[in-house]
Order: sequence, then C-alpha cells, then structure tokens
Amino acid sequence: MTTAEDIQSWIQAGMQAERIEVQGDGAHFEAVIVSSEFQGKNTLARHRIVYTALGDKMKEAIHALSMKTLTPVEAEQNTGE
Amino acid sequence: MNIQEKIKHQVESNPVVLYMKGTKDFPMCGFSGRVLQILRECEVDFVCFNVLEDEELRQGIKEYSNWPTIPQLYINAEFIGGCDIMNEMHASGELKTALTAA
Repeated sequence: MTTAEDIQSWIQAGMQAERIEVQGDGAHFEAVIVSSEFQGKNTLARHRIVYTALGDKMKEAIHALSMKTLTPVEAEQNTGE
Repeated sequence: MNIQEKIKHQVESNPVVLYMKGTKDFPMCGFSGRVLQILRECEVDFVCFNVLEDEELRQGIKEYSNWPTIPQLYINAEFIGGCDIMNEMHASGELKTALTAA
C-alpha cells in the first residue's frame, strides 16, 4: 500500500522543492509542497509540475491526492495564519 | 470520431462541461461531489459526463488535458482544473467570474 512517505519521496525525486509534507491514509492524501519553481506560475501550472514529478505513480499507486502548492514567500506568509 | 475528437466536440459545443465520477444526483467520489457543490453555489448551468459509464472517456479525458485526475472542469473549451483548483478559484471569486462570462 502507498504511504505518505512514498509520495513524499517520489515528489522529492521528480522536482526541486524546499519543503514537501504529505499526510494520508493509503487512499486519500494531502500534500503541501513549497518550491521556488512555482514562482510566477498559476495553480494549474504548479499542479502540472507535481503531476509530472509523480508520472506514472498517479496512474498506478495514488488514488486521490489533494495539493497546496506554494512558493517560499507564500509559505512564509501562510505561517502567520 | 475517435475519443479525442469526441471530447473536443463536447467541450466546444457546451460553455461549461464537467467530467466526473457519477452523476449530478449521485456523485461517486468525494472530489466530484465537492465540485458539483461549487458549481451549484455559482448558480451556473453545466453539462456533465460520467466517466464511470465510459472507460474510453475515462482514459481519453486524461490524455486530452494531460491531467491525471478526475473531476475536470472546462469553460469555453479551456481546461480549468480539478477539485483543488476549483476550490481555490471559488474562494477567491475568480470561478464565478469565469463562469458568468462563459
């Protein structure tokens, strides 16, 4: 069964990211990804980067993944909330 | 018509199209249920296709948008995104604006 750690390491291997946090129960996962690659990109483009990093894992090993994609600056602002 | 042409025709002949798991009355997945709720809150007419009834469509739509998950929303033939993106755009009011202009 896929674990949150698996997903974290797959994303890590496929893209440059400052921080990746994944939580989930084997079927549904939630990820927070902080990367300067997201700079100047809309949410659609950001999610595409993560999906590309995950590649075939999205077809085989991951049923449902919900994501928050932030730049380092946005992540900084979020911590105050 | 192959499946890619069929999808192109569907999104071009309807202003707002949702590809989902289940139907408007019986969504079969939490994400599909959530996006239905969002579209209802935006008070917009939309056309739905149930990918669970059509395996060719289920695979074809992922290739069409180069996006691995369902639900998928299209406005004026443009791929908008899935549940996370719709949630964000709904919260900011951007989605309602885009739908009203459709």
